[in-house]
Amino acid sequence: MTESVLEFSGVRKVFRAGKARVVALEEVSFRLRPGVVTGVLGPDGAGKTTLMRLAAALLVPDAGRVRVLGHDVAAEPQAIQSVIGYMPQRFGLYEDLSVQENLDLYADLQGIPARARRARYDTLLHMTGLGPFTRRLAGRLSGGMKQKLGLACALLREPPLLVLDEPTVGVDPVSRRELWAIVDAQVREQGMSVLLSTAYLDEAERCAEILLLEGGRLVAQGSPRAFADEVAGRVYVLAGVDLPPRRLQRRLQAVPGIVDALLVGDHVRIVTAAPRPPALQAHFPDQPGLRLVPVSPRFEDAFIARLATRGAEGAGAPPPAPPAPTRAAPPPAGTAEDVVIEVRDLERRFGAFRAVRGVSFTVRRGEIFGLLGANGAGKTTTFRMLCGLLPPSGGTARVAGVDLRHAAARARARIGYMAQRFSLYGNLTVAQNLRFFAAAYGLAGARRRARIDWAYAEFELGRYRDFVAAQLPLGFRQRLAFAAALMHEPEILFLDEPTSGVDPLARREFWQRVNALVEAGVTVLVTTHFMEEANYCDRLVIMAEGRILAEGTPAALRARFRTPQNPEPTMEDAFIGLIEEAA
Amino acid sequence: MIGILRHVLALAVKEFLALVRDPRSRFVLIGPPIAQLIVFGYAATFDLDHVPVAVYNEDRGALGRALVARIAGSPHFDVVAAPDSEAALAALVDRRTVLLALHLPQDFSRNLHRGLIAQVQAILDGRNSNTAMIALNYLRRILIDFDTRLARESGHPPPPARLEMRAWYNANLSSRWFIVPGIVGLLTLVVTLVVTSLSVAREREQGTFDQLLVTPLRPAEILVGKALPGLAIGLAEGTVIISLVVFWFGVPLRGSLAALYLGLALFLLSAIGIGLMISAIAVTQQQAMLGAFLFLVPAVILSGFATPIANMPPLVQQLSLLDPLRYFLVVIRGVFLEGADIAAMQDQYWPMLLIGLVSLVVAGGLFRHRMY
Repeated sequence: MTESVLEFSGVRKVFRAGKARVVALEEVSFRLRPGVVTGVLGPDGAGKTTLMRLAAALLVPDAGRVRVLGHDVAAEPQAIQSVIGYMPQRFGLYEDLSVQENLDLYADLQGIPARARRARYDTLLHMTGLGPFTRRLAGRLSGGMKQKLGLACALLREPPLLVLDEPTVGVDPVSRRELWAIVDAQVREQGMSVLLSTAYLDEAERCAEILLLEGGRLVAQGSPRAFADEVAGRVYVLAGVDLPPRRLQRRLQAVPGIVDALLVGDHVRIVTAAPRPPALQAHFPDQPGLRLVPVSPRFEDAFIARLATRGAEGAGAPPPAPPAPTRAAPPPAGTAEDVVIEVRDLERRFGAFRAVRGVSFTVRRGEIFGLLGANGAGKTTTFRMLCGLLPPSGGTARVAGVDLRHAAARARARIGYMAQRFSLYGNLTVAQNLRFFAAAYGLAGARRRARIDWAYAEFELGRYRDFVAAQLPLGFRQRLAFAAALMHEPEILFLDEPTSGVDPLARREFWQRVNALVEAGVTVLVTTHFMEEANYCDRLVIMAEGRILAEGTPAALRARFRTPQNPEPTMEDAFIGLIEEAA
Repeated sequence: MIGILRHVLALAVKEFLALVRDPRSRFVLIGPPIAQLIVFGYAATFDLDHVPVAVYNEDRGALGRALVARIAGSPHFDVVAAPDSEAALAALVDRRTVLLALHLPQDFSRNLHRGLIAQVQAILDGRNSNTAMIALNYLRRILIDFDTRLARESGHPPPPARLEMRAWYNANLSSRWFIVPGIVGLLTLVVTLVVTSLSVAREREQGTFDQLLVTPLRPAEILVGKALPGLAIGLAEGTVIISLVVFWFGVPLRGSLAALYLGLALFLLSAIGIGLMISAIAVTQQQAMLGAFLFLVPAVILSGFATPIANMPPLVQQLSLLDPLRYFLVVIRGVFLEGADIAAMQDQYWPMLLIGLVSLVVAGGLFRHRMY
């Protein structure tokens, strides 16, 4: 092959935001392997989207060259855009047009001859499963269906190169699997080359090749297997332990020589710094039966090991959080009387649309309770009703025995709330934000100073104290929001998609903190669309289309879908099983 | 109680910081006031100065020249052309070169010397009726003055009945004295309305309002916390403008400052209430801005800032009773020109207080009930 599909050589891209100069990409060179799926991975702000936009000829590099199918992006962006398929993070579907009209529009825009359309439509509609919905308005489709329609529009002219920017973020597992099946089929049948960025580490395993970005630089390129081999002999699962997995995980994180400890199903999986089993007996004298079972490494292990090692050298992953001091640690009971949150027949309509229907559950003191579901499943709506931000159309939601919507201010002082989007004051500094929220929660004098100092130390925000909040790195913004929600040491913590848009490393850190809080007696209600995060919950409900599909412990939910073929089902398997049962 | 104070103070401080640190808000505080001060201070006036005049003087006598000299010497008129035919005179009006064209006939001086009635023909450009009327008025005054003096000098009896004019409060009838103090009301209204109407909408747009509502802050505290910065900014802005009106534009401040500031505070209260009401309804900042201007334009027109309320149809006059600017303008003009004190302005204070309280209560209710 003389001309490669996509080639970056010495690419550099700088963005200017006011006075600030941000180097998004620096010295990036690679050649795309044709006819396979290449995944672009990296922490937030590593330059993934910039790379995708350069490949789609939407940006011009400041230095170096990007060539797509023999065209230079600086010289002939039009030529490139008229042959490749590109799907940005939010695909530009016209919500007021039907599925068919959207397809027609994009076919017109791409100049596809009318004769060729029928057959292509049929193939794409069949593949995406959108066939029965051609007359439905795009705005009325579920998140997963919208994403599939977007992909179908990008695939209309059978492009030789397909560029997909985080196509699966926030999409339910069923749709995620279907999206991958479509992409795989294109690669297999048409020999299409695909460049795909993702925040889900498990998707890396589905790629033939990985580009790992960090801080705007391409740090590694290779197959997932090659990455995993880096940590060969360093990955183990712990067995024979008589401890709740969460507590075990917490204790493991304090052991030197362990770079990652992760809850996987009912087990704790560890990655060590050196290729030999760590001496755990010294740290766990109370666990005589503890054994280490070597397992084959995955891409995710290598990814975290790389980032964590680097983090330990410079600034980055902090040591495990010490438990947050709480005013009065209530007994870690889980008795039926100790119900903290009670939701009964909760219902919310927006016009004719029923966002939440007949949702009931209870949360007991000291639990992590999860609401799991795809975007648009009704999690956030349920949440806002619980926090008193949205009046329910029916049913009741009581937190600590009161309806927060009508509760005295005193009741609100007992809860902490972290919204889905960053919702602190963007143009105030870190210090000003913390001071304001501390005062809003009624803290004053020495106690206020103490709590703010605690936040600086605990979340390593000290050196950012005079930074304007909007200009903080993403991970630190999330820490600041978490710190603000914890200012008053709340008994009940509401976390709405706290880890959405946060890279895997920051996600791990975040859960460490939540674990520490729960051990100190705080009750946590959390929503997430990351299926694997369900393992951190004591109990959870799985939601879809405003309804609860199932409720239980993660282990029990998974166990329902244990089959001889799949003895260790993941939460994702359970979720898909439940959706299929409901259908 | 201390808790409430602390909450309100924290909110007010945060609100101030958010305003001052945001370049867009900073601009709102400084840009429009300066622009409006210039526009209203210099551009908006009912007085006509330097009206271009053409004089076709066929009269060769001294009196004709004397009259033309008087007109040319008036600050209101500029003689820009001296055509030599009636047709040329008409052409000048046609082309809008002049607003007023005068024709003194050949026998002007002669008739006057003989004690006969002399005629001056004035042609006005009636395309702008208001300006034409004002110019005609100036011309009349000059002619009456000319006549009176002529009668005295030539020993003729003066006209039997004479109108002796004394304008109280504004001896020179300078319209700047009428308009410029009004700017105090106009500008403080614009600034406080924009600042407060954006405050909640901005928080809603950025998602911080939810965060605020889940804190133990009560709606009333949020309301007061949001109102205080508006009040402080309005008072500061008002003080700056009052100083400029007095020291720069030279309008006398004859009444009591206390009466003026009491009026300003009550007026700001009502503006803040309305601003917060708009803010509570609006979902985005754009909507809030639109809402603010939807209120501002009728409020200014109905206030009597430029056109007298008495000239409006009865229904509209009643509508103007809801306009806080209407009352504040009376206070400003009363204090500036009449030298009024608090007692004299009582009837203007209570409607503003009422409008302020009602709108604040409504805004507070909307905070809690419009949460999605």
